[in-house]
Amino acid sequence: MEALAVMQGLTKVYGNTLAVNNLNLTIPRGKIIGLLGPNGSGKTTLIKMINGLLTPTAGSILINGMAPGPETKARIAYLPERTYLQSGMKVCDLVDFFEDFYADFDKNRAFSMLGSLNIPPTAPLKTLSKGTKEKVQLILVMSRHADLFILDEPIAGVDPAARDYILNTIITNYNENASILLSTHLISDIENILDEVIFIRSGQVITHMPVDQIREEYGQSVDAYFRRVFAC
Amino acid sequence: MAWNLSADKPIYSQLVEIIQIQITSGKYKAGDRLPSVRELAAEASVNPNTMQKALAELERNSLIITQRTSGRIVTEDTELIQKTQANLADEYMKNFFRAMKELGYSMEDILSLVQKAVRETCAISS
Repeated sequence: MEALAVMQGLTKVYGNTLAVNNLNLTIPRGKIIGLLGPNGSGKTTLIKMINGLLTPTAGSILINGMAPGPETKARIAYLPERTYLQSGMKVCDLVDFFEDFYADFDKNRAFSMLGSLNIPPTAPLKTLSKGTKEKVQLILVMSRHADLFILDEPIAGVDPAARDYILNTIITNYNENASILLSTHLISDIENILDEVIFIRSGQVITHMPVDQIREEYGQSVDAYFRRVFAC
Repeated sequence: MAWNLSADKPIYSQLVEIIQIQITSGKYKAGDRLPSVRELAAEASVNPNTMQKALAELERNSLIITQRTSGRIVTEDTELIQKTQANLADEYMKNFFRAMKELGYSMEDILSLVQKAVRETCAISS
């Protein structure tokens, strides 16, 4: 089967800053992949280009063989680092909103996850705590039957118990044609659920390896290896 | 509760060992059906592909058997289960002796410490 996403010579320049620099990357299907790198390494710029929210300065991206556009957006479920939801809306209205917007949205799954995390569907978003808002947003994104899930810092703001629930949701919702690309700094929390990791520095991929291969070759966890590679 | 995995060893080989222990300790008995890959992955809080790889390894060693209709079962070869147990015990003993030697004990010291520990454990449990 063809790769889910292929990036070649991908470059993004902001003024004098080279955010993504001639990057080549192939995202296979059926994998949970960690996108890891220090602050300002180009993770979010890369994610935004895959989502068609930024136009590359040079190079190409193909998702399911297509350049980013309406067809690819319909197949990618994206959790941005900042919320874009209307804070005045009730949780259940947001569910309806997502159902209208995305043909692959699974309303039952959303309500079942809201129930598991004891989030009242009738609560207006603005009455919820920061962490609960993040949970709502993640639930909406994970309730789609997308081909590619891109989660930018999905667990940073939530408590450890909810973190476990979210990671469990990712494992159990996993399907073999879809992949999950997950950017986070909380590496030790997530490395057991990852197939492979991508290390990115100065807008380039410096490592793209299965987790167990890193542990075998370097005799240390991905978290420890990251700290060594990116030691300040 | 996620399985207790150490950070510096490959995940899949640790999963292999934990499932071997679950079989030798009788959590899953000879001929028992194992949960699905997904269920086991969720229980262990690990990636399903990694769990799949661990199960494939156990299958290569014939400790578990895939059946077309009813999923994966534990082998009914009790001799093989005993052999697996003996191999694990062997490995643990080697690690134990290595650690004790690193602490600076001679073979005789270790032996007398083991005998003392056995006597104390018996005294507590009786």
